[in-house]
Amino acid sequence: MTTKKECVAMLLAGGQGSRLYVLTQQMAKPAVPFGGKYRIIDFPLSNCTNSGIDTVGVLTQYQPLVLNAYLGNGQPWDLDRVYGGLHVLPPYQSTKGGTWYKGTANAIYQNISFVDAYDPEYVIILSGDHIYKMDYAEMLSYHKRHRADATIAVIEVEMQEASRFGIMNADDEDRIFEFEEKPKNPKSNLASMGIYIFNWNKLKQYLVDDENDPHSSNDFGKNIIPAMLNANERMFAYHFNGYWKDVGTIDSLWEANMDLLNPNIPLDLYDKSWRIYSRNPVAPPHYMSPMARVESSMVTEGCNVYGNVDFSILFPGVTIEEEAVITDSIIMPGAVIKKGAVVEYSIVGEHAVIGENVHIGARPEAVENKENWGVAVIGPQVHVSDGKVVAPKQMVADNI
Amino acid sequence: MSDIRKAVGIVFANMHDELVKDLTSDRTMGSVPFGGRYRLVDFPLSNMVNAGITKVGLITKANYQSLMDHVGSGRDWDLTRKREGLHILPPYGGHDAVMYRGKIEALAGALSFLRHSQAEYVIMSDCDTILNMDFREMLDVHLKSGADLTVAYAHATLLPGQSRNTVLFEVDETRRVTSVLCGTVANGPGNISLNIMVAGKSFLEELVQESMARGYYNLDRDILQRSCGEIHIQGYEFKGYFRKIQSTKSFYDANMDLLNRDVRAQLFPENRAIYTKVRDEAPVRYGMQAAARNCLIADGCTIEGEVENSIIFRGVYVQKGARVRNSILMQGTVVGQKSDIQYMITDKDVTITDYRTIAGSFAYPVFVSKGSVI
Repeated sequence: MTTKKECVAMLLAGGQGSRLYVLTQQMAKPAVPFGGKYRIIDFPLSNCTNSGIDTVGVLTQYQPLVLNAYLGNGQPWDLDRVYGGLHVLPPYQSTKGGTWYKGTANAIYQNISFVDAYDPEYVIILSGDHIYKMDYAEMLSYHKRHRADATIAVIEVEMQEASRFGIMNADDEDRIFEFEEKPKNPKSNLASMGIYIFNWNKLKQYLVDDENDPHSSNDFGKNIIPAMLNANERMFAYHFNGYWKDVGTIDSLWEANMDLLNPNIPLDLYDKSWRIYSRNPVAPPHYMSPMARVESSMVTEGCNVYGNVDFSILFPGVTIEEEAVITDSIIMPGAVIKKGAVVEYSIVGEHAVIGENVHIGARPEAVENKENWGVAVIGPQVHVSDGKVVAPKQMVADNI
Repeated sequence: MSDIRKAVGIVFANMHDELVKDLTSDRTMGSVPFGGRYRLVDFPLSNMVNAGITKVGLITKANYQSLMDHVGSGRDWDLTRKREGLHILPPYGGHDAVMYRGKIEALAGALSFLRHSQAEYVIMSDCDTILNMDFREMLDVHLKSGADLTVAYAHATLLPGQSRNTVLFEVDETRRVTSVLCGTVANGPGNISLNIMVAGKSFLEELVQESMARGYYNLDRDILQRSCGEIHIQGYEFKGYFRKIQSTKSFYDANMDLLNRDVRAQLFPENRAIYTKVRDEAPVRYGMQAAARNCLIADGCTIEGEVENSIIFRGVYVQKGARVRNSILMQGTVVGQKSDIQYMITDKDVTITDYRTIAGSFAYPVFVSKGSVI
């Protein structure tokens, strides 16, 4: 065993995820449940483990309680190590005072000594906002092969979508010469995935310089990457062809979950060579009653199903009572859907209780004005009393 | 209240292996799969942990690879500790070490484990009884009665064919054991031993040494039966759900019991969970024409056909058009397209190819051994 690591991962998990509204009022976005038994952060963490990266700093700031409890000592991801392993890194006080993480770059800046302790050649910057399976080791060897100072993972998006992303413009050899954040007239369709590999010594210098610039917003996309490009550093685009989805909005979170039910979507959770690890619930297998009906769905341990479930995802410990109908919906851990309730195109938060004969959401066809249609959301722990109707697109944060 | 921190646990993994030969041909009783995601050893281990016991010795003698693989370092039961924790006790001794024949000899091999322990009491359990029991309550009964040894029993009706392998207790009005019957021909109601005992540690150590000196090795016959007039054996009546695994048929029935809501509530209460090895399987995926009625289904399965009245373990694949009824499919079983199976128990990694029709009966479920291809 040695204290030196070739590559250390820094996972930015402090974001609020404000566009997930009620779902992130009590927890940081990376802790939001996803895909039946996971939370978003399971994907980058499992990627690290599967890629042989065993030292991960997780930078937390916004509502860290749920996230911290979930991460623990990193054991579920095999990241409880004698040297390295998973470390939660919140902002801290020093003799010079202390500040919150001002931006993504500042978060790493404040933890330079953490990275230095492992004396790595490389550091990989990750975020806790995306669902994807990726071999970081392959990206690292690409980085080395190109003798790059920085490598940025990119994915090809539809040209008309490109203005929503940070776009990399690269030459024929994939060397990046320009970066544009959400360009009105994009010149390419190579979107940054927010995954960067840097030579640590190089990055450290830029972080220090950036910190000394009072006008900087201390952000990788806005400041560090442009500064490196200006200095003509060797920066390369690493093409990723797999499934990758930002789950920053209600719609995209719902869609990404539904993608798991689509056999044509290349995100295989059943691949034993690239498992997605998570903190597993302690609960018996799920029970399907003689009256239950289930099709095209995902159901996990601890669930009890007495009603109908179609094109939906049930998280651990969910109860669907008799004659309840769940369609095209996501029911998060511990939620109870009582007798006769109908839930369509909705997200029901953790431990919410949906009363008898409640109707939540609607199919798009059932709504005349498409402007009024959207995924309905019931916040965590919310109780919806018997017989209530929750319209599509509505978001319920308090008991009704 | 007793101080549970003064108790140490002993789990016997191999006792009664011979009763379920099919299931234990390459594993211990303790590592027999049960209920979709468990192994029998999970019940005694979880009962101990839930009672607050933090040091457990797991005694085994043969076929213990699957057991070791399952319990690992004990982490999933929170028994990975710097002090205390889980200790696996394979056969051990000097040049005269033998494969133990009974519990006395098994305990003799574990004497150094017991002597090193700071505990004052020992709680012992076999792996043949499925139950969720509060061991603290039993320890309280043991201490209040001042008994040398306390044994757990349930008052129930002996099933036909069960009596031969069952120990029965006769008790007085204070539940003190007055006589012990081993394998009677009697039928009808009785106090059935659950093979769970509590004893003072130093009493147990002396008892084991003394018995070894006299050539006794069977705890039920040589100690309980012979000495129940001399030593104080207290009965502790357990009133919850229990099921003893004494044959392939009782194994089948115990699994099927889990389809009963009340049984699940008694076995898996939220405040006394049953822990097992974590396998990081993805949730169950149901296909377009899937149907599942009255089933218990563990993670990692893909269900494209129909399953009914069945227990489906992790990673099972039921293909399109297949029908599975009244069956227990263990981990990794594949049921091919349009196959129709009834009253079957498939051990791990069994493959049933396409278009097969196989049916056992309720009285005699068909058992298919590990790795078979039909």
